[in-house]
Amino acid sequence: MQVHVRFFASLRERIGCAGQEISLSAGATVADAWSQAAGGNVLSDNILAARNMEYVAFSSELADGDEIAFFPPVTGGAG
Amino acid sequence: MKLAVIDEALEPWSYLSEYQQVAHTQPGEYGATAAFVGTMRDFNEGDEVRGMFLEHYPGMTERYLEKIAQQAGERWSLSDCLIVHRVGHLLPGDPIVLVAAWSAHRNAAFEASRWLMEELKSKAPFWKKEQLAEGSRWVAKNTQG
Repeated sequence: MQVHVRFFASLRERIGCAGQEISLSAGATVADAWSQAAGGNVLSDNILAARNMEYVAFSSELADGDEIAFFPPVTGGAG
Repeated sequence: MKLAVIDEALEPWSYLSEYQQVAHTQPGEYGATAAFVGTMRDFNEGDEVRGMFLEHYPGMTERYLEKIAQQAGERWSLSDCLIVHRVGHLLPGDPIVLVAAWSAHRNAAFEASRWLMEELKSKAPFWKKEQLAEGSRWVAKNTQG
């Protein structure tokens, strides 16, 4: 299956990639998508993952056509 | 209800005033309005901060704001709520976020606006990159409040 992987903020800069299409076998998880796309970087516990714009666990299984995003802890708001 | 992510200057008080003219709430229906405005500081972790870039995840960010606004509406009896958040380049003193809640009585408006801010800060996909005197850095975590 094909999935689209995206990286945001400091992760995008560290990995040097905003997004890419990757091919995975059936049953692959969010963590598998990271392993294939993140160029050898470690998937640390504080990284957040979203599947089709909803937060998911690293163990979640993927489906063809998914958009998987990885990003650091969020820092919006103010005050 | 209105949720907006904007890449232009936010003037919170005129935004709030204009929104009230078109809001679903009718004058007389609500007795309490709570509004919170978060503004960019010129200091963080002991350093002078000269500017900031706010990044977001287009699509997911808006969806998340909608989700927390709906949850607030389930937890409290609100007449209406409003969330406006800046992205893009900001300077110290620039408003970053406006959250407002309307309700019949003050408790729901106070509590819902506070809860919306905490939810937004801890889970909505926004990231700040600060420009310092020398170089820039990503903000690693939010302040305690």
